[in-house]
Amino acid sequence: MLRIHYTEYEALRAHGEGTYPNECCGVLLGKNLASEIKGVSSVNHVQLIVRAGNTRTDSAHNRYNIAPQELVKIQRQARGLGLDIVGFYHSHPDHPAQWSATDFAEAHWLGCSYVITSVEKGKAALTNSFLLSGAGEEDKRFEDQPIQIDIAAPLAEAAAHNPKGQE
Amino acid sequence: MNINIPTPLRSYTGGRETVSIPGATVSAVFRELTVKYPELKQHLFTPEGKLRSFVNVYLNDDDIRYLESKEETAVKDSDELTIIPSIAGGSHL
Repeated sequence: MLRIHYTEYEALRAHGEGTYPNECCGVLLGKNLASEIKGVSSVNHVQLIVRAGNTRTDSAHNRYNIAPQELVKIQRQARGLGLDIVGFYHSHPDHPAQWSATDFAEAHWLGCSYVITSVEKGKAALTNSFLLSGAGEEDKRFEDQPIQIDIAAPLAEAAAHNPKGQE
Repeated sequence: MNINIPTPLRSYTGGRETVSIPGATVSAVFRELTVKYPELKQHLFTPEGKLRSFVNVYLNDDDIRYLESKEETAVKDSDELTIIPSIAGGSHL
């Protein structure tokens, strides 16, 4: 399962609208947690999304690539926050929110979530998540992954808005 | 020197995100790394012993492929290696 707060979920969808008609891309930082839900082995709990640049300027409408140098910096940022890279997101402008053969061939982060948003005529439509499963390159596969979107504000944020516990 | 391990490979380093491995060059550090954590080898290298094409290795802020001596570049204990698999894709088949 992918678990993400509504604000981060909306932010990654808005990123796809912002870069339309080109593909956007970014990184999901959070923690991989054991699941307490029957039938779900683990949860990639996203706590922060980080926008990345698409280096595929030659074909940005249907390709994306994150510069490894930028990934190194994002991984450092994650470490500083006590978080891990738990997934990635990108958009499919005027194309379904399903992984393509290219997405699969270029996916190497086993155990991570690959989130794809279809952007139709500039508006974000469907968002799907796929878990890259398997033990290695030889038997890797994408599995449909349910997304849990948290609506309620985190407790700390709620407390900050309401420091005396008053209505 | 410290080596930063990406999320998918941490199951082969006992969950450690950073491991400390001694060595005089990048390749020597990698040899030692795969001796200490043998399961990493098949994920990092082809059966012919070449670094897999999608595995990027950074010495501090430099891609080792672009260093003059590449894998034979000398390293210090204070240097940092980062293993980072590539991220790419797109809707086009």
